[in-house]
Amino acid sequence: MAFMGDMMNPAPLWHNGPAPGAFYNFPGNSSSFGPINHTVQDFKAHSATPITTTTTVIGLKFDKGCVIAADTLGSYGSLARFRDCPRVLKVNDLILLGSGGDYADYQYLKDIIEQKIIDEQCIGDGLQLKPKSLHCWLTRVLYNKRSKMDPLWNNYIVAGIQDGEPFLGAVDKLGTAYEDGTIATGLGAYMATPLLRDAVEKGPLDEESAKALVRKCMEVLFYRDARSFPRYQLGVVTAAGVTVEEPVELKHDWSLAHMIHMK
Amino acid sequence: MLSLNENFPEYAVPGAKQHRFEPYADNGGSVVAIAGEDYAVIGADTRLSTGFSIYTREQKKLFKLSNQTVLGATGCWCDTLTLTRLLQARMQMYEHEHNKPMSTPAVAQMLSTMLYYKRFFPYYISNILAGLDAEGKGCVYSYDPIGHCERSNYRAGGSAGAQLQPLLDNQIGLKNMQNVTEVPLPREKALSLLKDVFISAAERDIYTGDCIYILIITANGIQEEKFELRKD
Repeated sequence: MAFMGDMMNPAPLWHNGPAPGAFYNFPGNSSSFGPINHTVQDFKAHSATPITTTTTVIGLKFDKGCVIAADTLGSYGSLARFRDCPRVLKVNDLILLGSGGDYADYQYLKDIIEQKIIDEQCIGDGLQLKPKSLHCWLTRVLYNKRSKMDPLWNNYIVAGIQDGEPFLGAVDKLGTAYEDGTIATGLGAYMATPLLRDAVEKGPLDEESAKALVRKCMEVLFYRDARSFPRYQLGVVTAAGVTVEEPVELKHDWSLAHMIHMK
Repeated sequence: MLSLNENFPEYAVPGAKQHRFEPYADNGGSVVAIAGEDYAVIGADTRLSTGFSIYTREQKKLFKLSNQTVLGATGCWCDTLTLTRLLQARMQMYEHEHNKPMSTPAVAQMLSTMLYYKRFFPYYISNILAGLDAEGKGCVYSYDPIGHCERSNYRAGGSAGAQLQPLLDNQIGLKNMQNVTEVPLPREKALSLLKDVFISAAERDIYTGDCIYILIITANGIQEEKFELRKD
């Protein structure tokens, strides 16, 4: 605990006095420079917890591409604070990025990624960042931040086309990275993943059935996840390019609700 | 130990815990390696999990470092990714400097040094290195997260390591048996033992399952084999 003091770097025995075995030096005197006189604590405040948070992101691979979906709610604790937080991002013609977790951290990283893409376009050699490269880059950024005990509190899903093949990968706030055909973060890991894996196991999906499945998952999550929202965005990446839909409203029906009696 | 009668602020008394960021995760997984006279086999399951959920069922945890050295790494997956990348870079640097690949005992020593370098913020990984040594004999090196290194002929590590090691001790080390004579372990026996051992692990350890990848290292190179485990 911070209140117990830092055991690895103990504070100096006393402040503002002569160093042990030395004469008192007036502040500002050139002879007061030197390692012994460093009494200023170089502490740094880290954000230990996420503030404005977003919930599940879903990613699903189909035969010719990937689809990502996420709702547009930014929660402030249990308060549904911001209702228009888009978090499905077209990075370039090959990559689609989805994010969950702290929204400010996402916006920070989004600006950096967008600048990377602009820098790349300025070179003008026609080469484009590929999804595996972005995925790998994200693992390094997030792992570095976690190693400084100052994490970017996000889960990212990178979807794209790598050399003609669909790619879907995830990175979390520690830099834990993996690829899979179905990925769902947050509460979705418990509620959407079983639906997605079940469907994928039954056979390959085409674009339409993948989209329908993801929409179904968003509906299920809306009914059960208290931090979810009926407005969500869906993005698709295929060899033809990346499209991110405008947010759509989920059709929800609570007419059955009166039949559920909690005792 | 910190004594309890220190002057704590009221909100920092022991017991009133504040939530802190946890830089490590336990992503599970098991590795088993067996060395023979002229071969080494190493297998790792492909389940990557956290808590009660499975991230993916097809994560390979074996890293080919050269054509006679393989590393199996389980534990905190983000640390594994970082460590193996560093290792691969240093293997390449060695090869460019010395115009030959690094030998397995040399990799083993380097890995120990690299782990100890992070003594006070360790890579939370259980590493097992398998390969052929300079004489072409099979060898297995196992590590703790901060770099303790030991050479042996067989080792189980990872989430089911503690369950599997006694079984290997009995079957390969011939421990706790009477009237047995030690004979060199044939490769087929080692391979089937490795599969059996993982089947048992998958029964009892929720972090081990789905599939195993086995790499068989001989003087002729590295062969790969896949074996299905239970998926629940």
